[in-house]
Amino acid sequence: MTTTAVPPTSPDQPRRSWYKRNEIGVTPWLFLIPAILFFLVYVIFPIIQSFNISAYQWDGLGEKEYVGLSNYQELWDDPAFYTSLKNNLIWLVLYLLAIPAGLFIALFLNQTVTGIRIYKSLFFFPFVISQVVVGLVFTWFYDPTFGLLNSILGVVGLGPVNVLGDPTYVTYGIIAAGLWPQTAYCMILYLTGLNAVDPEQVEAARLDGAKGWKMLWYVIVPQLKPATFIAFVVTIVGALRSFDLISIMTNGGPFGESRVLSFYMFEVALSEYGFRMGYGAAIAVVLFLIMLCFIAYFLYSMYKEERGH
Amino acid sequence: MFPKPIEKSSRSVQIGYQSMLPVALILWLLPLIAVALFSVKPAADFSTGDYWNLPSQFGGWENYGKVFFESDMPRYLLNSILITVPTAIGAVALSCMAGFALGIYKFKANLWLFFMFVAGNFVPFQILMVPVRDLTLDLGLYNTKTGLVLFHIAFQTGFCTLFMRNFIKGLPFALIEAARVEGVAEWRIFVYVVLPLMKPAIAALMVLIFTFIWNDYFWAVVLTQGAESQPVTAGITSFNAQYRAAYHLMSAGAIVAALPPVAMFFLMQKHFIAGLTLGAVK
Repeated sequence: MTTTAVPPTSPDQPRRSWYKRNEIGVTPWLFLIPAILFFLVYVIFPIIQSFNISAYQWDGLGEKEYVGLSNYQELWDDPAFYTSLKNNLIWLVLYLLAIPAGLFIALFLNQTVTGIRIYKSLFFFPFVISQVVVGLVFTWFYDPTFGLLNSILGVVGLGPVNVLGDPTYVTYGIIAAGLWPQTAYCMILYLTGLNAVDPEQVEAARLDGAKGWKMLWYVIVPQLKPATFIAFVVTIVGALRSFDLISIMTNGGPFGESRVLSFYMFEVALSEYGFRMGYGAAIAVVLFLIMLCFIAYFLYSMYKEERGH
Repeated sequence: MFPKPIEKSSRSVQIGYQSMLPVALILWLLPLIAVALFSVKPAADFSTGDYWNLPSQFGGWENYGKVFFESDMPRYLLNSILITVPTAIGAVALSCMAGFALGIYKFKANLWLFFMFVAGNFVPFQILMVPVRDLTLDLGLYNTKTGLVLFHIAFQTGFCTLFMRNFIKGLPFALIEAARVEGVAEWRIFVYVVLPLMKPAIAALMVLIFTFIWNDYFWAVVLTQGAESQPVTAGITSFNAQYRAAYHLMSAGAIVAALPPVAMFFLMQKHFIAGLTLGAVK
């Protein structure tokens, strides 16, 4: 790798230093070393270590005891694991609603009336707020005694519903909270995308009589493909990372019904239920393998893109 | 432009649209408006069970005063700043260099290294949790801001390198070739040719990383405990435990905790959105 493009040297020139002769080959590595080092130590090696730890029984302090695949066997019979897995699926599917919802709001706001910029920023800013605060805000919003939701439901003669205390609603309630900032994110992606839509194509389609849904579906949406791809990536990653909201809003409850894998893993490994690092690592491995399917797809898409250039 | 510009519609449609905008916005921000309202209500309103009327008097000074002077909140805010700023600087510095290497030079491992950074950026945190916590304990950095900063720098380097590399790829390569023909050393090309052109990317990333790290909760819980090193996202749970059921104070605390990234966003909006939507347009 270090032999590419040696600068031409005439024999009578004094011999240049090794670095000078291999400058083009060596420089990128010098620039890469710090980033690679950090990334290996804190990201790549830990992934491998987690796989390894998942084969041990370990409380985080004492001796590790090798147990082979028995952590995974235990997972196989663990009802809490299946609850988490089921909730993860619900998260994945419902979180994707952020994409059409974001597109809808973007279309609504894609005008040039006075003050529209302020509206766009204000619609976007739930995304900037930390999920912890979003979680608190929605916990209070859902509160059965004074929450705004039940106050509104009370006016129309419904309720009260204890969204976060009810095993059937709890996951949906948390997902709704998560959709709020996520929709804002998708909206901003689409607003940027809409900005770049080719006006000539739109005019041409208009002359051909396209309008409304047809125009949107056949002319606009195909041009928004890059924005949709990013919206898809960030939404999937966000859905599988859901931890903050659950931790803040319900702490997994009631009766563990709002757990997802990322939360259950934390609970097993680090909370008052005991420090079962090996079992936690096994859950993390399952979560990682689910994510890996998506990562492979993302990378494949990017690879095709790179080849295209 | 799509949808059809509203100016081309009839007067009544325009008025309808103009009046729908504020209504939609209020609905969209309703949960937040409720919290903002809570935060300026005096304690007396809550003890009489009056939640949803306008504040009987403006209690904002008192509530926010308590948050700033009678709780650990200032400590948590300071911790957040001391964690966020070094992380933003560190991650951007590392990724400027890595992005330069991956964006300018052609070598066999280039695309693989790039994909390593991209893929690492997407992994679930939980797969890193046990080993990273263990490593931080071994380094004696558990429950320190440094421990948190080191991890954040490493993890954010993935996203930042993706960003920087694509940005640098978009720069005119002729500039670098011209510099090489002049015999400029490679590291000088980085410092004097590429770096000045990267200013907008650096600004965008700084703002983004500031927001991401400020809002991090998971790693704060995993790697720190207690007021001396916890950032505000983790601190707010102890704050809420301290003021349990004092909703006016908890609301004020939540707003204070959320404010810095919001301020950052409104001040640096252009950079923020440019960073966030990179790649959304071909």
